[in-house]
Formats: sequence, structure tokens, C-alpha cells
Amino acid sequence: MTVTQDSAVRPVVEMRGITISFPGVLALDGVDFTLRAGEVHSLMGENGAGKSTLIKALTGVYAIDSGEIVVGGEPRSFHTTADAQAAGISTVYQEVNLCTNLSVGENVMLGHEPRTGGRIDWHKMHAQAAQHLADMGLHIDTRSMLSSHSIAIQQLVAISRAMVLDSKVLILDEPTSSLDRGEVESLFRVVRALRDKGVAILFVSHFLDQVYEIADRITVLRNGKLVGEYPIVELPRDQLVTKMIGRELGELDALAGSAERAVDRSGKPVLKATGIGKRGFLEPADLDVYAGEVVGLAGLLGSGRTELVRLLYGADRADAGVTEIDGKPVKVHQPRHAIENRVAFSSEDRREEGIIGDLTVAENIVLGIQARKGWLHKIRKSEQDEIVAEYIKSLDVRPANPNALARNLSGGNQQKLLLARWLATAPKLLILDEPTRGIDVGAKADIQRKVAELSDQGLSVIFISSELEEVLRIAQRVVVLRDRKRIGEIDSSAIDLDGLVDFIANEGKGTAA
Amino acid sequence: MRTIVKHRLFWPATALIALIVINTIARPRFVKITIRDGELYGALIDILRQSAPLMLVSLGMTIVIATRGIDLSVGAIMAMSGAVALQIIAGSDQPDNLGVVAVAVGAAILVSLLLGAWNGFLVSVLGIQPIIATLVLMLAGRGVALLITDGKITTVNSDPFEFIATGYLLLFPFAFLLAMALVAIVGSVERRSALGVLTEAVGINPEASRLAGVRSRGIIWGAYIVSGILAGVAGLIYSANIKAADANAAGQLIELYAILAVVLGGTSLMGGKFSIAGTVIGVLFIQTLESTILFLGVPSAQSPVFFAIVVVVVVLIQSSQLHKWARRVFGGRRSTETSSDVEVAA
Repeated sequence: MTVTQDSAVRPVVEMRGITISFPGVLALDGVDFTLRAGEVHSLMGENGAGKSTLIKALTGVYAIDSGEIVVGGEPRSFHTTADAQAAGISTVYQEVNLCTNLSVGENVMLGHEPRTGGRIDWHKMHAQAAQHLADMGLHIDTRSMLSSHSIAIQQLVAISRAMVLDSKVLILDEPTSSLDRGEVESLFRVVRALRDKGVAILFVSHFLDQVYEIADRITVLRNGKLVGEYPIVELPRDQLVTKMIGRELGELDALAGSAERAVDRSGKPVLKATGIGKRGFLEPADLDVYAGEVVGLAGLLGSGRTELVRLLYGADRADAGVTEIDGKPVKVHQPRHAIENRVAFSSEDRREEGIIGDLTVAENIVLGIQARKGWLHKIRKSEQDEIVAEYIKSLDVRPANPNALARNLSGGNQQKLLLARWLATAPKLLILDEPTRGIDVGAKADIQRKVAELSDQGLSVIFISSELEEVLRIAQRVVVLRDRKRIGEIDSSAIDLDGLVDFIANEGKGTAA
Repeated sequence: MRTIVKHRLFWPATALIALIVINTIARPRFVKITIRDGELYGALIDILRQSAPLMLVSLGMTIVIATRGIDLSVGAIMAMSGAVALQIIAGSDQPDNLGVVAVAVGAAILVSLLLGAWNGFLVSVLGIQPIIATLVLMLAGRGVALLITDGKITTVNSDPFEFIATGYLLLFPFAFLLAMALVAIVGSVERRSALGVLTEAVGINPEASRLAGVRSRGIIWGAYIVSGILAGVAGLIYSANIKAADANAAGQLIELYAILAVVLGGTSLMGGKFSIAGTVIGVLFIQTLESTILFLGVPSAQSPVFFAIVVVVVVLIQSSQLHKWARRVFGGRRSTETSSDVEVAA
């Protein structure tokens, strides 16, 4: 760890007293933030704490209402992302913002292509791009299409593009959320090399392990306010979490009982799917869920977890198999059919397939019931207010303002909104696809607690998560998928984390460690 | 005060009022309204009467645009609706018979409904892009209208039919009352039922709406049907006014004026949130501007340029990007403004 002393290195970025408000939301309230050359600085906070807003202020996406931003000793005011880039600030997002339909080389050099007589020297361009990539230990064909590479490679390409722009500041916003362990390693190798060259790196991630592995310093935000800035060696994990959520940890541990709760499987299952599949999408699979049971789906990204639940819900239409609800065969060709049978589904892509961004919190919550009742039977305003107030309170949606626009909410609160929408329809089976992805410990605990509580009251839940600990803690039974195929099923009390990992990796032939 | 300025209808309404004020200064007679034989007369009343077809077409366009669509076929539907009605009236022995006119009107509206349903089928069932789907009828419709009238401009003399465009009821022009009645009906159906909010949901995020169980197909299909029917009524008013079915001139370019009215009224072409009141103001603005051009005696060759300049100015006034720039230029005032924003939010 190369923790620099405050006095030793002049800050590259100083943000002082930054305040930003959106209609109904005070996103940042007088926040100070300092970034120094040659450090990896991690910005931590719950969802809705203001991390993304602070980054967007620094990158010129949002205009600040008050405060000042000093970059390289000069006060700046960024109106566009181009202003920020010109000042040497580059950002690599979770969803890579490059042109996937161009070649790797074109992406790296875009806007900085070497020219001879006004025309792009393609040969030279690819040579330079290859050099930039090689600097980061990446040896790929620069003429290959960017879309042919994994997200991990695309992210490294995005970083090397930032280096072409000669960036002094590199912002990595949740760069690791879709990477596997090996890919994270190579990303971190590049990040360390850049840090040693004197680049200031702002690293945002909700994976605590990774933060402690790579960061030199941490700034903690909570509810739009600065909690403090700490060298990482002086801030043990439990203290960090306490500072982030403002309450003692241990709430997650208290949930341990949910997985061990006995489930009565003597009656008819709430949902029984036999041989449900779709060509090129998912091999025919079986799944049954009993009343009050939480069934976890585990597997790697792209293993068929999402595909299976989309077929069950009718989001995609199955071409094989039978679905029974409460013992009766039903046709589920469209989401509406599933909803009529009291099955609810919250998609993993909450922004694109979940919330309606320009509608209010209240309208989003009521949408599910309203859609089921049909447009002719509008829910009375007083009844709407009641439902909305109830769920905002019981799920702790923040801001607790029914008239705030859904798109202004943080990811965790948007997830709560979706949960509220579906719970309001009183489902028998709730399918949650990655409900806790990209959200912080506090909101995660809220959602897990709610799931445990509801299943205790008899709700059946299908729970998908990439975090296997979470699946093992919540689900009583885990169904494992791999390569778009169901490979087995385990009682979660009979297996531990290593055993589950082994199971996923070895096609069901492994044994619990 | 700030809440008034921030209201989405503030700028459209201001532009309309400004236009009326300018006209009044230029010629005070502009705002004068007289009663003769229990009927109102005056420049403003003329504007209300003449705005009826555009009002109806824009009303339908608002709903279609809210679903993230667009309906380019409205002008052609107007032409076909007029052609059907006039062909029936002209073909009968008693063009003055109320029954004959009622049948003609009914048939024209039925045809318009079917045409709207065709558009809706292409968009909501076959998933064809709205601009292409409605372009089909826009291009073919006038040809069909000519086919109906046998290539001629059918003319009629039918008092009950002409009443639709030129008649008076309770002081006001019947065409204006008809348009306002339909605005009120559509507006109250949208807002008193859940149709409005479901339409907005579909327009803002179609996939999320589908997964939430919204019957988006029906909502989108319905929007095109409503648009078709309203265009049909507009076609009746148009042809009653000129007592003829002119397949080429009826509703010419009206689709573009309707889109303009919707946008002036603050509804985004990206779909989602819509404002019927805004559209009404947008239509009245366009109609008043047309009258202003006549009123000020702008030579007809230059009138499109004049029209365009005024529209550009109004669109610029409403642009949020321009508001941002303006705030930056007058940066001194900004800090005090934002500090009160913070108080509101906190």
C-alpha cells in the first residue's frame, strides 16, 4: 500500500461543498472530496448515498447547484462530459460506453487517429492502438470487432482509450460487477500499474473485498452527506459498514434462520413446471416451488437462470413443457397470463425492464395492480395513497416522497419500488432476478429481510442471485444451472459455499467440502 | 411565481397570449366580439371555428405520440372520410334529408375507424415502426379517396351537412363546440380512467410495461383508432365547410401541423407524459398565427417564412437547453435561485 500523506502530494481533484438537488431529492449536501495523484480512492456508501451523483458532477453530466470543483489547481465548471475529458478526467462505466460495432483499434484511438495528408493512416493507427493495449498487458487483434470480446476486455479497451486521452484522473464505476475472478485480477493489475504512473484513480464498487484489495483511501457518503475520508489501514471493515449504513451490522446475520426453516412439501406445489424449455434458449427443465418456500437459482452469468424464470413468467414464450399452478395446468404465453395466476416477476434489468422512469414513485407502485384491474377500473386516489404510503414505509423507500420521479431514485430504492409494485398485487409466487445486484448493504438487508418475512407468511419465492452466500442464506433449496441446462438441486442446509461452487463447476458430480 | 413559470403550460400559454396582445395592438378590433341573431361574431370567434379540424387531428395525434408513435395518415383519412360522406349525400335524391346526412356521417366515421384500426394493427400487432406503418395510408389514402369520388371533386348542397362546419349552437360555432366536446370526452376518459397513466407507461418504457402486465397492444391499437376517428370527424368538418370532397386539398400537411401543435403544447415526441390542454393551446396558437399573417397583410409568398420564424422563436423559448444557457449567462442570479431550490427539496 502506498498511502500518500496529505501534505506530500498536491490533490488532482478537489471538490468542496458540492450540492446538487433534483425535484424532490437532495442528492448531495455540501460534500467535500479530494483525489490525489497516484492513489486508488474508493467512494463508498449505500445506494442513494450520492456516489453516482458525485461522479456525475465530476464528469460534467450534472451541473452543480453550489460548491466548487478544482482540477489541477484550477477552479473548473464542467457543463458537458467533453469539458471534463478535456480537463483530463475519464470514466469507465459498468456498461461500457464504447462503439461495439467498431474495431478495437478504432475504439482506442477514436478522435485521435494519426493522419497523413488529412486521411487516417490505418496501419499506423492500429500499430499505436496495439502499443497502448500492450502497455496494459493486453495482446489482442486491434482489427477485431469490439463486440467480439468479453465485457472484461472491453473495459480494458475503455481504460486504454482513457490513457490515449492522457487522463490524469480515471474513474471506474462498478467496473467489476460482471467480471469473473481472473478478469478482476487482470483489471487490478492494470489499475495498480496506472496508479504507480501517477494516475489518480477513483474506484467505485460494492464488493468490499475488492475495495480492501485495491484501494488506498476511502471516502464514505451517507444520505447525500460526507461521513469522512479515511486511509484504508485505519478503517476496518466493520467500521466501514457501520459508517455506510449508520447502524450496526449484524442484521444480515440475524437472517440466517430463513434457509433452515422447514417447508411443508406434502401438498401440491404452488408452481410445477415440467420440461419447460425453448430451443436455443434453455434446455427443458423441471422446477417446483411449494407454499412458503424460497427456491434459489444458482449458476454463472448466462447459465440459464434468467432464461428459466422468463419462460415461467411468459416474458419469453416457451416452446416445450407444461406449467401447473396449484395443480392445474395453465398457459403462460405472456406476462399477463402469469400475473392472472398470481405470479410476479422482477427483472434483473430494473432500469430497462422494471421501473417507468418518468412516472412517479406512486404511479410505479400502483402500476401492477392497475394493469391487472384494467384501464376502466381506476384505483381511487385515496386507496392509491394508502397502498403507496404503506409500502414506502414498510420497505423504507427513500426519499419517502410518492411524487418523486422513479428515475431520480438510486438503484436500491428502485428495486424496493419494484418489490412494492409486485407485493401490492398480492402474488402467490414472487420471482426475483438479481434483486440485490449493484445495491448496498443496507438496502440488501432490507430486501432480504422482506423476502424472509414474506415467505414465512406463506409466499413462495424464486430467488436468483450471483452472490451465492445470499442464495444459501435465504433459500431452503437451490437449483443449479449451467450452460442453459438444469444440472441439479440441493438442500441448502446440506451444503456450504465451497460445496455449492464445486457443484456449479463440476456438473453435479462434486461433493460438499 | 416560480411554480407558475415552471408549469409545463406556462410558455405555450404565454406565447398564445402574446400573439393575441400583438394583434390587438395592431388592430384593436381583433378582440371585439359582437352578438348578432344569437350568434357570436369576431376575429377570435373565427379562429375558434377554423381551429376545429386541426384541434381534432391534434387531439388524436397527442394520444398516438404519447404511446411513442406517430400518425402521418391523418390528412389522408380526412380526405377519405369527406369523400365517403359526400359520395353518399350526392348519390341520394334528398341531400337535405337529415337521415341521409346521418348515414353519410356514420359511414365516414366507420371508415375512419377501420383506417385507424389498420394503422394500429400494423404498429401494435405486426410491430412495424409507426412512421412507416402510417406512411402507407398517407401515400395511398388520397388515391383511395379519388377512387371513391371517381377522380372528381364531388360537390353537394345539403343544409344539415353544412351545419357541421358553419352552423351555430348556443352562441358558438357548432364546429368549435363539437371539437371541444370531443376534447372533453377524450380528456376525461384518459384522466378519469387509468388509460392516461397506462398510455404514458407504455410510451415511456414499453418493455417494462409489458412485464408489469399492461396490455400495451390494446392501448397502442386503441390510440390509432381514436386518431383515425377524430381525423374522420375533422374531414367531415373540412368538407362541410367547402361543400365538396377535394381528395387532394383536404387535410393537406395537417399531420405536420398537428405534430407541431402537440410539441408546442409540451408533449415530447419521445412519448410518455402528454398534455391535452397543452395541445389545445398549441392548436389555438397555430390558428391565431395563421390569422395574424392574414391580418397583418403578409404577402402570401412570404407567409410560410413568417410562420416558420415565429414557430422557431416559440420553440426556442421553450427549450430547456436555452434556459440552461440563459441561467449560465445570468449566473449572478443563479446562486440565490438554487439555494431556495435546496430548501424546497430538504
